[in-house]
Amino acid sequence: MLLPLVILIPLVGAWLPAALSRAFGIDPARTAAALVVAALAIVLGQAGAVLDGATFVQSWPWIPDLGLVASFRLDGFGLLFALLILVIGLLVVVYARYYLAPEDSQERFYGLLLLFMGAMLGVVLSENLLLLVTFWELTSLSSFLLIGFWRHEAEARRGARLALMITGAGGLALLAGVLLLGHVVGSFELTQVLASGALVKAHPLYETILVLVLLGAFTKSAQFPFHFWLPHAMAAPTPVSAYLHSATMVKAGIFLLGRLFPALAGTETWFYVVSGVGLTTQLFASYVALFRHDLKGLLAYSTVSHLGLVTLLFGLGTPLGEIAAVFHIINHAVFKASLFMAAGIIDHETGTRDMRRLSGLARYMPWTAALATIAAGAMAGVPLLNGFLSKEMFFAETFQVQWLGPWYWLLPVAATLAGIFTVAYSTRFVHDVFFGPAPQGLPKTPHEPPRWMKVPVEILVGLCLLVGLTPAITVDPLLRAAAGAVLQAPLPEFSLALWHGFNLPVLMSVVALAGGAIVYFTRRYHFDLHGYQQKPVDGRAISELGVARAVHGARWLVERVANHSLQRYVLLLVLAALVLGVSGARGLALTGTASLTPPDGLAMLITAALVITCIAATMLHTKRLLALVLVGVVGLAVSLAFVRLSAPDLALTQLLVEIVTVLLLLLAMYFMPAESPRESSRPRQVRDVAVAVVAGGAMSALAWALLTRPLDTIAWYYLENAKPEGGGYNVVNVILVDFRGFDTLGEITVLGVAAVGILALLQGLKLDAPALDWEGRPWAKERYPLMLRVMSQPLLPLALLVSVYLFLRGHNAPGGGFIAGLVTGTAMLLQYVAYGGAWARERLPWNYTNVIAAGLLIATGTGLASWAFGTPFLTSTFGYVTWPVVGKFELASAMAFDLGIYLAVVGVVMVIISRLGGLSGSATVAPQREGR
Amino acid sequence: MHLVILPVLLPLVAGSLLLLTAGLGDAARRAIGLAATLALLPLAVLLLDRVADGTHLVYALGDWAPPFGIVLVADRLAAVMLLLTAIVALASLVYAGAGDDTRGPQYHALFQFQLLGINGAFLTGDLFNLFVFFEVLLIASYALLLHGLGAQRVGAAMHVVVLNLIGSALFLFAVGTLYGVTGTLNLADLARVMPLLGPDTAPLARSGALLLLGVFALKAALLPLGFWLPRAYAAATGATAALFAVLTKVGVYAILRVYPLVFGPGAGEVANVAAAWVLPVALVTLAFGALGVLASRTLRTSAGWMVVYSVGTLLVAVGLFSEAGYAAAVYYTAHSTLASAALFLVSDLIARQRVVGGDRFEVVDSMPHGTVLGTLFFVTAVTIAGLPPLSGFVGKLLVLQAASAAPGAVVIWSVLLVAALVVIVAVARAGSALFWRTAAEAPGAPAPALDGRSVGAIAGLLACVVGLVAWGGAATSYAWSTARQLADPSGYVAAVLGSDASVHERRRSLR
Amino acid sequence: MEALVAIAIGVLTGSGVYLMLRARTFPVLLGLTLLSYAVNLFLFVSGRIVVASAPLTDKGLETYPDPIPQALVLTAIVIGFGMTALLVVLALRAIRDTGGDHVDGGER
Repeated sequence: MLLPLVILIPLVGAWLPAALSRAFGIDPARTAAALVVAALAIVLGQAGAVLDGATFVQSWPWIPDLGLVASFRLDGFGLLFALLILVIGLLVVVYARYYLAPEDSQERFYGLLLLFMGAMLGVVLSENLLLLVTFWELTSLSSFLLIGFWRHEAEARRGARLALMITGAGGLALLAGVLLLGHVVGSFELTQVLASGALVKAHPLYETILVLVLLGAFTKSAQFPFHFWLPHAMAAPTPVSAYLHSATMVKAGIFLLGRLFPALAGTETWFYVVSGVGLTTQLFASYVALFRHDLKGLLAYSTVSHLGLVTLLFGLGTPLGEIAAVFHIINHAVFKASLFMAAGIIDHETGTRDMRRLSGLARYMPWTAALATIAAGAMAGVPLLNGFLSKEMFFAETFQVQWLGPWYWLLPVAATLAGIFTVAYSTRFVHDVFFGPAPQGLPKTPHEPPRWMKVPVEILVGLCLLVGLTPAITVDPLLRAAAGAVLQAPLPEFSLALWHGFNLPVLMSVVALAGGAIVYFTRRYHFDLHGYQQKPVDGRAISELGVARAVHGARWLVERVANHSLQRYVLLLVLAALVLGVSGARGLALTGTASLTPPDGLAMLITAALVITCIAATMLHTKRLLALVLVGVVGLAVSLAFVRLSAPDLALTQLLVEIVTVLLLLLAMYFMPAESPRESSRPRQVRDVAVAVVAGGAMSALAWALLTRPLDTIAWYYLENAKPEGGGYNVVNVILVDFRGFDTLGEITVLGVAAVGILALLQGLKLDAPALDWEGRPWAKERYPLMLRVMSQPLLPLALLVSVYLFLRGHNAPGGGFIAGLVTGTAMLLQYVAYGGAWARERLPWNYTNVIAAGLLIATGTGLASWAFGTPFLTSTFGYVTWPVVGKFELASAMAFDLGIYLAVVGVVMVIISRLGGLSGSATVAPQREGR
Repeated sequence: MHLVILPVLLPLVAGSLLLLTAGLGDAARRAIGLAATLALLPLAVLLLDRVADGTHLVYALGDWAPPFGIVLVADRLAAVMLLLTAIVALASLVYAGAGDDTRGPQYHALFQFQLLGINGAFLTGDLFNLFVFFEVLLIASYALLLHGLGAQRVGAAMHVVVLNLIGSALFLFAVGTLYGVTGTLNLADLARVMPLLGPDTAPLARSGALLLLGVFALKAALLPLGFWLPRAYAAATGATAALFAVLTKVGVYAILRVYPLVFGPGAGEVANVAAAWVLPVALVTLAFGALGVLASRTLRTSAGWMVVYSVGTLLVAVGLFSEAGYAAAVYYTAHSTLASAALFLVSDLIARQRVVGGDRFEVVDSMPHGTVLGTLFFVTAVTIAGLPPLSGFVGKLLVLQAASAAPGAVVIWSVLLVAALVVIVAVARAGSALFWRTAAEAPGAPAPALDGRSVGAIAGLLACVVGLVAWGGAATSYAWSTARQLADPSGYVAAVLGSDASVHERRRSLR
Repeated sequence: MEALVAIAIGVLTGSGVYLMLRARTFPVLLGLTLLSYAVNLFLFVSGRIVVASAPLTDKGLETYPDPIPQALVLTAIVIGFGMTALLVVLALRAIRDTGGDHVDGGER
């Protein structure tokens, strides 16, 4: 037998009802029923052995690193729940078939129901605690979908979200608790966990674990103060309520209490927390139930109160109490399911569930009335019915508490009180609905429901009687097996019988029954039941308010912090960099030990120029043209610095890039306002200046600290090998095209992509050029100054010549593909400035994207060529062939790569300048352009 | 022998060819792009298989012996990142094939260059080369983000470009500082030199290391540097946003790659320099990201915040700087990349289907194709919200377990769990708003038909997510072996520099 | 010499940062340009300062500058150029699409 099948059949089969009904028009209910029966058959196949005390454990490795094992366990307790889930599930399937309206999608309903059933079976059949949590969360998810089944009703949506939120939160707490538990025990397998109860209870983490686990159990089982989600879950279709809130969902928490009983129960903390919560819940809910006018509302609170009773019993921590708990689990599941179904029938046949409108239905549906009355009797604990037996055991147990000392009487009294209320609301359920005068103005004229809607109720009520009358034969073995599995120890002596002689529990029952009857029938004198209005504020209102507040607060915060202000983001970035950099430099001696280079006049001059123009540019930045020119000067100073500091290639590159960039910015400025408005407030400016000064200071310090320290580098290698290995004297160039040619490949790719991006940006971009210049003078008629034309005409061929020269010598002297490319580009740019876009486009008609692509491919191809020599990508063929010709050979390889660079650069420059010309549209509009 | 470099060369060549073949027409170019992307999948699998036994594949470009030349290094981490990229890229491109790719010029070329940058960043073993590939992937991402143009995208791109230009400047400051004290750029060599630094230069190295952390944090969208992300990703077309789900992971990868290797416990004076920063910042990111998800008014924005949230969770794991932490990080990376990508695609699809409402959480019109979209959304949501039984849950468990040993575990756990609840609530609200609170009848304009490619792409990603759980054992054990490799960098160093790395001094003074 | 370079780097960085914090795209562009100068200078001198020399090994000089940073800076300059060019055009596009040259679009 494969235990997982029991879970997988409904879980995986969930899509079958829909599929089969679409494919072959099979009634979804039949498919669902078949699946449930199949699963049930497997379980029953094992029932015998399990009842004899056997425990099946089957496991498959899943995620060992996590301690998550696909291990399953079938013991008495698991069997009991599996039976409840499957049997009642089967009845619900039948019932729902007739309950659901034609417009409800049966396919979806049964799919979700099976999904939930599978998850629930997973919870009760897991041996691995993490697996249990997994299924636990799955029940929350699937019940979310079930409660929200009538998605169009706001009540359903809210109820579903509420349930998910509360049980989801509990699930997370449970997860944490289980992780800790497994951490303490050293395994997530129940067998080990249950065996190490002493260890757990002695562990310092015990209280934490207990609280976390209990949070999970109490939220799921709707224990006070987490009870409020359950009544709102009644917005679900009644079959769902009958299933989730009698035998399954809410019982999961109870199941957990029983499952971990040996590991966690029996301490003083356990007693006070668990039984305390249980007692409170039971009393409170049984009282509130009395005031519900909605049948399902009453049943919901009654469920809460009965769950409280079971919790209380587990809380007592005594073996007999635990037996009583298990027994009541069975009984409650049976009578509560039947009661929900009865409520559904009434709703279905009369169109209302409001007890203030219902009465005297016994006339119209005597049989249903009889069934409901018996079930309610069981709920109230009337003798000869199953509820009575477990209630008696409960009453008996309330005397067996060791912790309360002189207050021992408290528990029995409270229990009796709760009993009184239970009897009272049970009486109301029966009397208000079925007795009294004939109902007035019901939406429908009531009558008995269709046969198959009653059958499930009949079966369940039959069980109530059967168990109530002959417990010893019917339920005893199952109860013993289940209780034994919970206790993980031999059971104490106990007997299930209708009559244990006249003792205190019997007395308490009598009091409860009498008192309940009195409370109900004299209710008018105590409190006007029908006139009672529900309090507007309840748990849901509070929690929904909480969520709303949270959302509101989150929006307030998020939209203020992440306010889409680039200035703020830049500031944050700068500050972050400062904090990180400075904090890293803690303990840094600012000045190092290296010998310094003496400054000279020229250097000072350059620096001075740089500093002055730089600061000037910053201060005058609102005058854009001026600022741009000044920045250009700064760039010149930087390239001069490069010359001074022995970097000719850098100087050249910097210079050329400088020119192109400035020209580009000039072009852009043509379409931009001439001045930036001074918009930042004084304090803002002060702040920015401060930040700027600190940042600048930090960088100065960093540079100084660096420069005053000696350095060992790998540079010698390049200096030594540039010629012999790389075949060039210009080490920088050799690095660029050979040692680190891969960087260069990436670099030109960036250029190429930039060009493509620019082309995309320019698509359909037409900007109006101002008719007036920035001083408000009209632009000169002569768009392209003659001087420039005259100059630039011979310049182009000259420039091309120069680039060829630079290109060729690049490997041994300053120059190379990139610089050559920029020279060519600049020259062409000049043509464009001199003659305008149209002229340039017709003279230089190639598709520059292709030029770029060609450049990239040539460079890449050169690199790939080395594969032919069995060497890695980008290996210069030099040095692998050792005869005189190699010079040329090597040259060829590096040059080809450099050629690729050259083409890419030219292409990029041309793309930009040739397209920017297309920007300028009509030159008639005044500077006030769109947007200003 | 060239296997290692193929994931870089393939997109480079394909991209260049696509530039050349502008005239070829959409279908052909689409085919080229798909073929090139599809080819990455077997490559990545092959690499993964090669390095699975713990070997480092080292590829010395130009045949220059490290540390003098640039090397590519493929290890378990790099391989798994390549695989993820290939998967997400394929899904994204298939999705884009439904029409997004024709909304602007050169989409497919840009897409390939984007992949070139990403794969290069994953493979390179050289600090400056990492910078270069960052720039490649950035410039491509700008162009892709702008694809389709419109004020939204232009505005978002302006922020992204400026911030990343500053980020690049920081990167270079960091490179300069580190080179200025170590005189080398090769990561393995840096790792070898770090312990040799005396108290005189170590502070500078620390400074450089932390500047670098700032750069990576910006890429990974760690707060307070990640505020730009939600808007930008929401502005991008769905396919692009899905691919961007990988981009943030590049930042995370860089942290995982550089800090354990170069600034790990063995780095002498510079040891564990990032340890003090990553974890707290990650917790803030995680919490704020969750709030962002709750605060979002549209599905795509919430998807963006979801990325921030998952990056936070991920960096919590990384920030533990422990073997368990790395393992959790590796698994969670796989999960969150796939899940985020799926979420962006789903959001985009939903936005297209709701003619009037778009992806706003408002009742405006009914949800066409409710069952299909609903299922896709539900599965994605369950995954991203870290609910069982999907990969998000496993990832969350791994992070929680990894953190349980760390100091301040209580804080980490609380933040993780509370944030998880916030996200669950937010996702439930979103789902019920989009799929349950629907208006009775459809609006005038009929919803476009569902394109099989779109649905297929999403379904494919979700299938991977499911696989990540179904074969969770294999996945986590791979993550653990990756973690071991990260925690003990000696293998990496030896593979790149040879086993005599410790004794052989390669640096001299020029003075 | 070292001091001069350090000062220059500091001033460039400071000015760059201040301009980057402005509200219009144009000053931000200038700021980024200045910052890139600072970066290039810094990266360049990270190989330490050598005057009146060149990385040309046929010159037979007794001290050579460190060629690596020079190569890196060259690459950085080129990449920076590409980025700047894109940003310039993006700024123009923003004027058209968002109706202004504010960094957050429009006029604010």
